[in-house]
Amino acid sequence: MEVFIFYFFATILVVAAVCVVTMRNPVHSALFLVLAFFTASGIWMLLRAEFLAIALVLVYVGAVMVLFLFVVMMLDINLDRVREGFWTYLPLGATIGILIAVEMALAIAGPRSHIGSIPAPADPAANYSNTHELGLVLYTDYLYPFELAAVVLLVAMIAAIALTLRKRKDTKYQKPSDQVKASSTDRVRLVSMPVEKKEG
Amino acid sequence: MELIANFPGWAHHLSESVFGPELGTPIYTLVKTLVLIICIVVPLMLCIAYLTLWERKLIGWMQIRLGPNRVGPLGLLQPIADGIKLLLKEIIIPSGSNKGLFILAPIMALAPALSAWAVIPFAPEVVLADINAGLLYLLAMTSLGVYGVIIAGWASNSKYAFLGAMRSAAQIVAYEIAMGFALVVVLMVSGSLNLSEIVNGQGRGAFADMGLTFLSWNWLPLLPMLVVYFVSGVAETNRAPFDVVEGESEIVAGHMVEYSGMMFALFFLAEYANMWMIATLTVVMFFGGWQAPVAALSWVPSIFWFFGKAALVVSMFLWFRATFPRYRYDQIMRLGWKVFIPITLIWLVVIGIWMQTPWNIWA
Repeated sequence: MEVFIFYFFATILVVAAVCVVTMRNPVHSALFLVLAFFTASGIWMLLRAEFLAIALVLVYVGAVMVLFLFVVMMLDINLDRVREGFWTYLPLGATIGILIAVEMALAIAGPRSHIGSIPAPADPAANYSNTHELGLVLYTDYLYPFELAAVVLLVAMIAAIALTLRKRKDTKYQKPSDQVKASSTDRVRLVSMPVEKKEG
Repeated sequence: MELIANFPGWAHHLSESVFGPELGTPIYTLVKTLVLIICIVVPLMLCIAYLTLWERKLIGWMQIRLGPNRVGPLGLLQPIADGIKLLLKEIIIPSGSNKGLFILAPIMALAPALSAWAVIPFAPEVVLADINAGLLYLLAMTSLGVYGVIIAGWASNSKYAFLGAMRSAAQIVAYEIAMGFALVVVLMVSGSLNLSEIVNGQGRGAFADMGLTFLSWNWLPLLPMLVVYFVSGVAETNRAPFDVVEGESEIVAGHMVEYSGMMFALFFLAEYANMWMIATLTVVMFFGGWQAPVAALSWVPSIFWFFGKAALVVSMFLWFRATFPRYRYDQIMRLGWKVFIPITLIWLVVIGIWMQTPWNIWA
């Protein structure tokens, strides 16, 4: 049963991943990437890693890909211009692709990797919580690497904002606090005018 | 009673004798889950249908009108009439649209809105999937709802729809962060991601021992989080006063502008299912779920309390709609990023410090 579910997810994952790179329309590519993330999370769920699986959906599908789509949908894509550079970039791209494939193959099939001999995860007890285990490890054994990674991400975020932030002097904007403070006497001045006699 | 109690075991036996011992158990589980899903979705659909009537009635009363009163006694058959009308309307697919995605979009809107209900505890032990990462699952599912809107906006190939989709994406990303942080605080004080545990945790404390359970619920110590969560929930469901996504005065109906008939109805169903969802979650996280407000009233069935509280909270959505004018877009963004996120971050630290002091009430 589990094997059947695994192959079901794995097939969808591979097809979706292939579609991400072969689709002509970048919006379709982005949506296939969403599908790929989603099925990958299904496979993680099979490994009893429910925290990672749901976090993958929450972070990548729920937030990152929404912003991706946000940008991709606004692009005005001219397919002819995209195809123009195909042959010039092909040698470089193919070299990098082949290199990555070879590296992965070496890592997996190398004599010191035990990927083939790792046993399937044992069925955990009923009250086993993957989230709990992960939290214990992250905040005890790996506390410093974890905090360091968080700081690196924060620095990257601040740097990205600092690089793109520019103040324009001519933009007009409102200050909500000033708006709240305003009272009716600031807006309307009632002038009492005595009635004047109509002339002529 | 004995017949009902023995039914699951009998069905299991039947399944094993028909499909053999190997396939019997999975097929039994599958059928049982499907039946339970129907038991949740059918009442939910009725709630959604009658929420539309309740909305029109309540806002009518607030504006000194009668509201719908022609179809059936007191207008009670109005949602049925609306449903039949929408079912019989022609579905028009614009020729310039991206057909596959155009059809996929309403499904993508409704599916997460319904699937989130799997982990909601309606009463003690009454939950379809009592998983220990329930809160995370809910966050993940509610964050998927935006795809329906975005895909609809893009696939329609219409400027109005596209503007609606862009607004929705920005708004949902902004408010999801505040919402997530508010739930992190709830998670901190309950010490569990399981929704039944969160509800049970609220029934413990000094006030609960005195019989005043409602003072032990999370709403009191986490009042700022309740406000942030509920207002963010209104923004996430694109309801007034945060309904710039539809904004019928400027972009007609936003992402739904090209949809007709039942496909439009699916978006509508998703919106109202999400309203019930946010109301239910507010009840589960902050108002003690199925628990009776005072111990003296605990003889009333828990499902009554659960539904009653959810109905009260969902009526707040309608009250907001009748009261407030639509927010301006930049003010929505300001509220989300500059007000709510700092509030949640500060309250997160406050609660964290509180929990380390001897006055920790959640120990």
